[in-house]
Amino acid sequence: MSKQPTKKVLQELHLTMVRIRCFENAAGRLMEEAKIPGALHLYVGEEAIASGVMQNLSNDDQITSTHRGHGHLVAKGGDFSKMFAELFGRSTGYCRGKGGSMHVSNMELGMLGANGIVGGGPPIAMGAAFANRFLKTKKVAVAFFGDGASNEGSFHEAVNMAALYKLPCIFVCENNGYGEYTPQAKHQTIVDVADRAGGYGIPGVVVDGMDVIAVFEAAREAIDRARKGKGPTLLECKTYRFYDHVGVRGMGLNYRTDEELEKWKKRDPIQSFEAELIKLGVMTQKQIDKVYSKVNDLVEEGVQFAEDSPFPEPSELLEDVYCVKGA
Amino acid sequence: MSEAIKGNAEPRELTYVAAITEGVREVLLEQSNAFVAGEDVAGAGGPFGQYSGLLTEFGEDRIVDTPISEKGIVGLGVGASAVGCRPIIDVMFVDFMGECMDEIANQMAKMRYMFGGSVTLPVTVLSMTGAGMSMAAQHSQSLEVWLAHLPGIKVVMPATPYDAKGSIIAAARDDNPVFVLLNKVSLGLKGEVPEGTYEVEIGTAEVVRPGTNFTIVAISRMVHEALKAADTLSELGVDVEVIDARSIQPFDTDTVINSIKKTHHGLVVHEAVEFGGIGGEIVAQIQDKAFDYLDAPVGRIGAPFSPVPFSPALEKIYVPDADLIVTKVKETLGLS
Repeated sequence: MSKQPTKKVLQELHLTMVRIRCFENAAGRLMEEAKIPGALHLYVGEEAIASGVMQNLSNDDQITSTHRGHGHLVAKGGDFSKMFAELFGRSTGYCRGKGGSMHVSNMELGMLGANGIVGGGPPIAMGAAFANRFLKTKKVAVAFFGDGASNEGSFHEAVNMAALYKLPCIFVCENNGYGEYTPQAKHQTIVDVADRAGGYGIPGVVVDGMDVIAVFEAAREAIDRARKGKGPTLLECKTYRFYDHVGVRGMGLNYRTDEELEKWKKRDPIQSFEAELIKLGVMTQKQIDKVYSKVNDLVEEGVQFAEDSPFPEPSELLEDVYCVKGA
Repeated sequence: MSEAIKGNAEPRELTYVAAITEGVREVLLEQSNAFVAGEDVAGAGGPFGQYSGLLTEFGEDRIVDTPISEKGIVGLGVGASAVGCRPIIDVMFVDFMGECMDEIANQMAKMRYMFGGSVTLPVTVLSMTGAGMSMAAQHSQSLEVWLAHLPGIKVVMPATPYDAKGSIIAAARDDNPVFVLLNKVSLGLKGEVPEGTYEVEIGTAEVVRPGTNFTIVAISRMVHEALKAADTLSELGVDVEVIDARSIQPFDTDTVINSIKKTHHGLVVHEAVEFGGIGGEIVAQIQDKAFDYLDAPVGRIGAPFSPVPFSPALEKIYVPDADLIVTKVKETLGLS
């Protein structure tokens, strides 16, 4: 393994995770208060993955996300105000209120969209990676997807093609143990999704998705490899969804046990990292508290911005169905 | 095509398939960020020879053989077009769209809208449609309505070599996803094709035979059947105006309405199954915008409601033809 992350990197990783956690907690609360319409799929518990991967990317690199996509956009540098505005369905949102939680995106940040279709992202990331090489750039594309999506044909076709063409594409599986409400053991016989890499002749790597440093380092290696033209890696991050498939408390479906949830919560990726940061002398508790208070201020500002923003005008209904020249 | 033809300033004829090749070639010459990707497009030059010679001229970076993976192929087109390329994607047969309908319907068609207009997807998809070659139920369909029903996508169906080339160029220059649905039975059809680049404007129909008594709106290969029928009908004193719809989405309603206002009679002919076909939409548009001009109900002809049969004996009666069109027009006009 190459050199240890610098203090700056460690602090940035922490900040990104806290940004995601605070954003998601607020979003979940606002959804349950019916201030945010529709369904939110929250990323709480999985923050180490987006944070660890995105730390290795610049704005020029692209990602495709999932239905659980807020965390990816936050980690890619998403602005809370524009994100909340989108979740609130306001015209000031990243998608002018046309996409919402499940399609939130920002091309300037290389965020090619959360995606309401399980397995929707990998072919698009592969295509972006194809373009990156075709256009002779050094950009990489990262496809985030879940254990559930690893059973979709689109995933297999995308990985196979990325491997065949040795594209600068990284496939990051966020294995949270459930495909929606169905446990992994009931939807595939393998334990490690990374095993599937062998079927495409690419490296498959398993890391602890609750350990942001482990994710950061594994992603760095995969991304460096891709940038050097050596092709894709399937990086599986084992994680867990602290909230329900939809919302915080969800539908009250009895598909997983409290014991299981509590067991994983003890491995909270942020709390354990904070303990490590204090132990290493990188941050003090006071400094950590300050991070939360700053981020929560930004959350409040973002929510306020969204609530103060106008809804789209009826005249916007038919805008952007097509690209109209000169419009 | 040969250098001799290329160097000829006189009007020249090309086959439909050569016009496809030439259209794609012009796009590749014009747009450095364009490439072709699909099954058998490079080494084999396309299953119908429609990309023949392009690998040699443009190299394997720009003429890309893919695995048999339609989700991947169309996804490649979506992703690459989102970040700066102008891909030409080949989905060998339109029947294979079932394999990649998510990439078409949920990603390609909707991405721009869902993203609030922040992304542009200048991707062209070429695919073969049509029955008449005994290729049976999974290689012969006309599925244009699957696509035309999806806001965000444009669909054109060129009937002639001229339109095939000009539609491909127009599609590739368009900043939206455009499907150019080509007719496999027409691949050997010859017609005049200018050299160089020109566009057949997407969303425009063409009056291919002017007439005064009866309007036939035909789609893709049915244009040629309609023209044949018009010849027969002219002997019976019926002066038929034939409109080649050319573009299904957007559809050129104005050209059709203007014709109906003149002829007071209409018939729509397509090869797709009649139930739920685009003909129903066109008829509805006519009754909505020109009801008072009509002297008779506007008719429709499409394939019967069955899969495309294999046997030539059955396929012949399955696909609409000039005789059927003549019969239907005569019925409408009360001619025996």
